[in-house]
Amino acid sequence: MPMARILYCHCAFARVVPEDTKNAVLEGLARAGVEFDAVPDLCQMAAAGDARLAQLAGSDGRPLHIAACYPRAVKWLFASAGVNVEAHGAVFHNMRVSPAADVLKGVLGE
Amino acid sequence: MSSKEFWVSSVAATLRVVFTTPVEPAASRVDALKVILDKGYAVSVVRDMPASDDGATVMIPAAEAAGDPNAVVAALDQMRDDKGLQPGGAWKPWFPVIDYQRCTNCMQCLSFCLFDVYGVSADSKIKVQNQSNCKTECPACSRVCPEVAIMFPKYRHSPINGDVVSEDDVRREAMKVDISALLGGDVYAALRDRSAKAKSRFSKERDEDRALKERQTCLIKLQQALDVPPEVLAALPSIDEIRAKAEAARQRAVAGLVKT
Repeated sequence: MPMARILYCHCAFARVVPEDTKNAVLEGLARAGVEFDAVPDLCQMAAAGDARLAQLAGSDGRPLHIAACYPRAVKWLFASAGVNVEAHGAVFHNMRVSPAADVLKGVLGE
Repeated sequence: MSSKEFWVSSVAATLRVVFTTPVEPAASRVDALKVILDKGYAVSVVRDMPASDDGATVMIPAAEAAGDPNAVVAALDQMRDDKGLQPGGAWKPWFPVIDYQRCTNCMQCLSFCLFDVYGVSADSKIKVQNQSNCKTECPACSRVCPEVAIMFPKYRHSPINGDVVSEDDVRREAMKVDISALLGGDVYAALRDRSAKAKSRFSKERDEDRALKERQTCLIKLQQALDVPPEVLAALPSIDEIRAKAEAARQRAVAGLVKT
């Protein structure tokens, strides 16, 4: 099974994702020694129509694990920038409601 | 850390730093990640440094990266300024996101919003076209959506924040949409009634202060019902402008609906 790609959203410009959760997830990713992409704020990238969203969604056949907020919001944020993230096999992990340990477990496939 | 282990890329609107992993010590790496992300820059942690993908990748001296993430941020700030990009956080990314699996293209949001946030696509579908026109913390258009199809991901409460929509949510939002119920029955009859009473009262006593108070009471009711921040009400255009905008929006909505 190919190694999953990981995308982490820092939600830097609002306080809707619990600070402790997002910091613990970021720290867990950094300490795990895995490759990952961290973006300051998916909302801002979507609003700017940032071309990098398409690159992040990817098309190399590997599943994409996204640690951000509500799956419905994340899915349609990508869509608003013209990217069908589900077509790339995205798996969503909600840092607004799930404990950091659960998010890390899901993202790292443990 | 060698000088090849730390790069900055200008691929897109969000500048990105590329780290190689593992970079020790882990604690300082986490701190660096937080500082860079908090400032609005993206970070990629990779095992092997990728080739420059846009011909504009810039390398930052390794010493700056290892010792002081703020030095990296300063370099990024300079690069951002050179490219004419906006500083991260200059605008809180607050705007509606449409769930097209729920949206029925009824155009109520387009008709409702006075700030031209919505538009109609070439294939006559409702779309969000001016995100930055949206008023921060105002989720009012999502309140008038009968399908709970409009999300504000940075809103506090469910389901407008993107949480799963339940049947209870649909029922509750539909109740809020019923503006006539909000005003107590037939809205047009109520307005006629109010107008007649006002004329009668003003003919006896022209009391502008009282009229102003009544208007404020109405606005407060609306503000509470739709969770509209006071700043948004304060920023509303004049009555004539509102009428003109509403008519223009209505015509765009009708034109969009006719094509579908």
